[in-house]
Amino acid sequence: MQDQQFIAAIANEADGQVEAADPLKTLRPTQSAGASSTIAHIAYVLKSNPVTLVSFGLFFLMVLAAVLGPYIVPYDPLASNSAATLQPPSWAHWFGTDQLGRDVFSRIVIATRLDLFIATSAVALSFVIGSILGSLAGYFGGWFDTISGRVIDTIMAFPLFVLAMGIVAALGNTVENIIYATAIINIPFYARVARGEVNIRRNAGFVHAARLSGNNDLRVLALHIFPNALPPMMVQISLNLGWAILNAAGLSFIGLGVRPPTPEWGIMVAEGAQFIVSGEWWLAFFPGICLMLAVLTFNLMGDGLRDMVDPAQRT
Amino acid sequence: MLSSRTITVLLRLWQALPVLFGVIVVTFLLTRALPGDPAVYFAGPAADAESIAEIRKSLGLDKSLPQQFLIYLDDLSRGDLGQSLSTGQSVLADLTTRLPASLELTFAALLLSTMIAIPLGILAALNPGHLIDHACRLLVTMGVSLPTFFTGLVLVFFFYYLLGWAPSPIGRLDFAYLPPPHVTGFYTIDALLAGDPETAWAAAAQVFLPAVTLALFTLAPIARMTRAAMIQALSSEYIRTARAAGLSSRKVILTYALGNAMLPVVTTLGMVFSFTLGANVLVEKVFAWPGIGSYAVEALVVSDYAAVQGFVLSMAILFVLLNLFVDIVYTLIDPRIGSAT
Amino acid sequence: MSNPVDIDETHRPALVRVDQLGVSFATRNGVVEAVSNVSFEVANGETLGIVGESGSGKSVTSYALMRILDRAGRISAGQMTYSSIDLVNASEREMRDLRGREISMIFQNPRMALNPIRRVGDQISDVLTQHAQAIGAEARAKSIELLKTVKIRDAEARYNAYPFELSGGMCQRVVIALALACRPRLLIADEPTTGLDVTTQKTVMELIVELTRARGMSTILITHDLGLAASYCDRIIVMKDGEIVEANKTDALFASPKHPYTRNLIRATPRLDSRIRDLLPEDLAIAALPKRDTQLQATSPILEVTSLIKTFSPTDTRRPGWLSNLIGDNPAVRSDAQRAVDNISFSIPAGGSVGLVGESGCGKSTTSSIIMRLLEPTSGSVKLSGVELTGVPMKSFARSAYRAQLQMVFQDPTDSLNPRFTARRVIEDPIRMLGSDEDRKSITSRVDEVAERVSLPIDLLNRFPHQLSGGQKARVGIARAIALSPKLLILDEPTAALDVSVQAVVLNLLHDLRTDLGMSYLFVSHDLNVVRLLCDDVLVMQAGRIVEQGSADEVLASPQSSYTQTLIDAIPHPPPLYAA
Repeated sequence: MQDQQFIAAIANEADGQVEAADPLKTLRPTQSAGASSTIAHIAYVLKSNPVTLVSFGLFFLMVLAAVLGPYIVPYDPLASNSAATLQPPSWAHWFGTDQLGRDVFSRIVIATRLDLFIATSAVALSFVIGSILGSLAGYFGGWFDTISGRVIDTIMAFPLFVLAMGIVAALGNTVENIIYATAIINIPFYARVARGEVNIRRNAGFVHAARLSGNNDLRVLALHIFPNALPPMMVQISLNLGWAILNAAGLSFIGLGVRPPTPEWGIMVAEGAQFIVSGEWWLAFFPGICLMLAVLTFNLMGDGLRDMVDPAQRT
Repeated sequence: MLSSRTITVLLRLWQALPVLFGVIVVTFLLTRALPGDPAVYFAGPAADAESIAEIRKSLGLDKSLPQQFLIYLDDLSRGDLGQSLSTGQSVLADLTTRLPASLELTFAALLLSTMIAIPLGILAALNPGHLIDHACRLLVTMGVSLPTFFTGLVLVFFFYYLLGWAPSPIGRLDFAYLPPPHVTGFYTIDALLAGDPETAWAAAAQVFLPAVTLALFTLAPIARMTRAAMIQALSSEYIRTARAAGLSSRKVILTYALGNAMLPVVTTLGMVFSFTLGANVLVEKVFAWPGIGSYAVEALVVSDYAAVQGFVLSMAILFVLLNLFVDIVYTLIDPRIGSAT
Repeated sequence: MSNPVDIDETHRPALVRVDQLGVSFATRNGVVEAVSNVSFEVANGETLGIVGESGSGKSVTSYALMRILDRAGRISAGQMTYSSIDLVNASEREMRDLRGREISMIFQNPRMALNPIRRVGDQISDVLTQHAQAIGAEARAKSIELLKTVKIRDAEARYNAYPFELSGGMCQRVVIALALACRPRLLIADEPTTGLDVTTQKTVMELIVELTRARGMSTILITHDLGLAASYCDRIIVMKDGEIVEANKTDALFASPKHPYTRNLIRATPRLDSRIRDLLPEDLAIAALPKRDTQLQATSPILEVTSLIKTFSPTDTRRPGWLSNLIGDNPAVRSDAQRAVDNISFSIPAGGSVGLVGESGCGKSTTSSIIMRLLEPTSGSVKLSGVELTGVPMKSFARSAYRAQLQMVFQDPTDSLNPRFTARRVIEDPIRMLGSDEDRKSITSRVDEVAERVSLPIDLLNRFPHQLSGGQKARVGIARAIALSPKLLILDEPTAALDVSVQAVVLNLLHDLRTDLGMSYLFVSHDLNVVRLLCDDVLVMQAGRIVEQGSADEVLASPQSSYTQTLIDAIPHPPPLYAA
């Protein structure tokens, strides 16, 4: 399993190092005039890759939708209108109406807030817990490493989605429980990356130097070693945000997630699924596309985030 | 004297035991925490408090939790996974009928996925930074961004509803066909073994769309890992030696680079396989596939605790065996691993 | 900018002719000319040395010759011919035919140069098969013969070995066998001894010479080590920044170097009779103050090590997994040495400088780690100014009053600087954690002060390590170490990763700092020449024990132990300092 963690670390790194493996690094050391400031570096990363720029733009739009949602939607997402059920997309209802006459577009915009909230909370939780667990295991080794390794293995022994299902089924269909379940099943990924990254560096020269400078073990781990694990973590975080949304949507799809009438992308697809075979495609299609765009955005942001956080990318 | 490789394998088995135990405990606790009272369910709608209490006693649910756990362990050792509330059969029997269905689906999906993703990854690695690299990346990223249930629905909409090319999504075989005699449990293989190509084709047609749905999702990790591993391998110093010795590019790429790149890819394949087994749940729901995924969902919704327990346990054991298998394959490919325990 | 092309008087026909070669690379920041206007010839049976420091373009030139440049590189100008074949315009197919069969190349870091998951014998057979020299069983038999030629014992058994099972020296022999399998006429050796132990280096070079002479091959030896070039090459060309600055027959080059760069390079290469100021370029050496003989204080020694023992128990040792094998740890040495440090005792006089010399695995790094309190000894005592250090547990030593007095300069400048910290932050850290209150209040000016002491320009302090050159990174490491004015400084191979000319400057800097700040040094190295320049006394370690100790000059002039003699003999000697 140790080898696998190392390989996971390689995979995360290798993607980035492909660009960084410049044979000329030894040829002529870059003698640029001073290091760029953080803002300038962020701007550079955004400019250098159009994909990054687009993904960040989309992310910004999503956040806007989440924040301003209730104030800008044309219809009340919960208001049913029996006179206008199952209307295809039109000027009045851009994305059509569902079987209760509710405006699909409004529901989708409002759902952004819930889905983003679930995703970011779950990921934040698992990032913090996983990083701490993994870093301590990778640095100190010994019994802590063995035990936490076993715990992680146990979590990963369950088909993750099923574990989430089980937790939510056992604890109840609330938003909090969905967040906890999602957080738990994602902890292993952060723990593994953190452990791998910390383990590689624990005998590096600068780590010894940090100890010689009077830092105790915890300071060395937290302030000197762990920040170096952030670039691959960023990739992990962005991928996870996507998975978390898919997870919540999946749970809702099978009835173990958010309860109707709350608008949530997954539940909207579930409710719309039965209408696909009869040709009313818009109920499921638009929320599904939104899901895809959201997850795609997060996936594409990963590389950009990593570049922003990695000082080696600064020229 | 045992070879070092055998020792590695045995060690992995040994390390898997506490994990298995942990899984059993967690499963037990989780299912006991499920809402719903099986005794009520068994007793039926017309039961009164007394008969419910009797049934509860016969099910052993009145005992304390630790006692129930010991009874559970005892049952397990005899291979008794309990009775399913919804199907009325033993959970073990249920699982043996439904597991092959999921396995067939997962294998089909992985086969499709690997056949596309690995060449794609190699292609991207040979042309880093060029158009084909970016195109591959975009393609696989899109694949992984789609929720499987959504993809399934879209595919059904297009290929069944609109185009009529695919058969209706009602399970493993159309009503017109009978399942082939049971050998492996895989309808496609069993039909071929029984010399019945028509049924084999029908079964393959049914499994095609759900397999594609799953495969789309698994393209990304495999392709990305292949690409990363190939790039890493191609920039290694031994490739430089091989080129300087005049070895043909075919030899360099396939034997030297790919051989080394396969190591992390095999690990990824293992992870993807187990992840897919779990993600099956959603796809099986869309395509009415009678696999263990849908079995689990149905069981969870009605709090059929024995069925859920049996399902999770068998999945976890499968997972441990799978990891073991991957580790074994790994030691076969990489001679360094055997000496590293 | 003259372009000296030296053709041998006896007019042996030139095997290789390079004429005004130019190589450029496409990078993020535009096109970079890595090599320009390079011309030279290699005659049949001749050994040509290409000498240069990092960035000189010496490796790029050879890659261009073999046409194995990276994707981003291309030959922008010039001609190259091998035995009248035009190398610049040859098709890839023709080149593949030439590579390995007519022209072969060996590289540094031999274990990394072999496919880790393929048996070494098979790798040789691959080359034979590729060039249609033999197939199947015949190829196998020939490969075994080749392994015998490179003096690998048990060649039959070793055929089936994997690279991680072999030592560095043996891997290099396999690489040589691979290169010579098809009897090429030209061998290009790119730093073939880097990454090997000193004693192994000598045996490998002698093997190369023996085999190439026996087959009448021509050799191009690429190296940064003038001594190596002097010992093994007929002619030498010196490269700097992608251009040739001087070319001549070896003896003539060393007797009367014409170009100032060559002169400085020759001066900077430590030899048995040079003094520390001799390393510097002439103009700097004259300007520098004369070497001050440090008056050793008559106080008690700054460091006393008594009966130090360190045993790595089987559970203690991280068993070498494939990872550490990948990195190049020598597995044979690790697993055998139960006692990494076997009952050693020595002392360092206050203000003195002691060198600790030995090859990898001898225990010198373990010893310095123990003294630094980064590792707990199994038994023994370490006293700093009379105070027993082992009394304080390692974990809490970080906050002890003695932490600031014991500092270290590390070997690999890249590895020893946190990639996320600017140079300023690197130097600030010890001051912030252990400095006095006034130091902390005025931390910025304190850092500036220290930077100035090590001649590091202030504007470089805001850079990250990857934006600094090797020499600059070394200075940052030194600045960090002296920021707290420690009493004892351990220098762990501080210049091993640096270019020779940079090393000269850094060694002089270290020498001056010692007298200016009144520090004592423990200088750990494998390089006896370098140790002699900075140290008064020398300890030679082998397999965890001290086999010899005494004053540096004495030990080098008349070693008592045979091991020391072996070490001295293994160092390639450049000719004595030319008459300026």
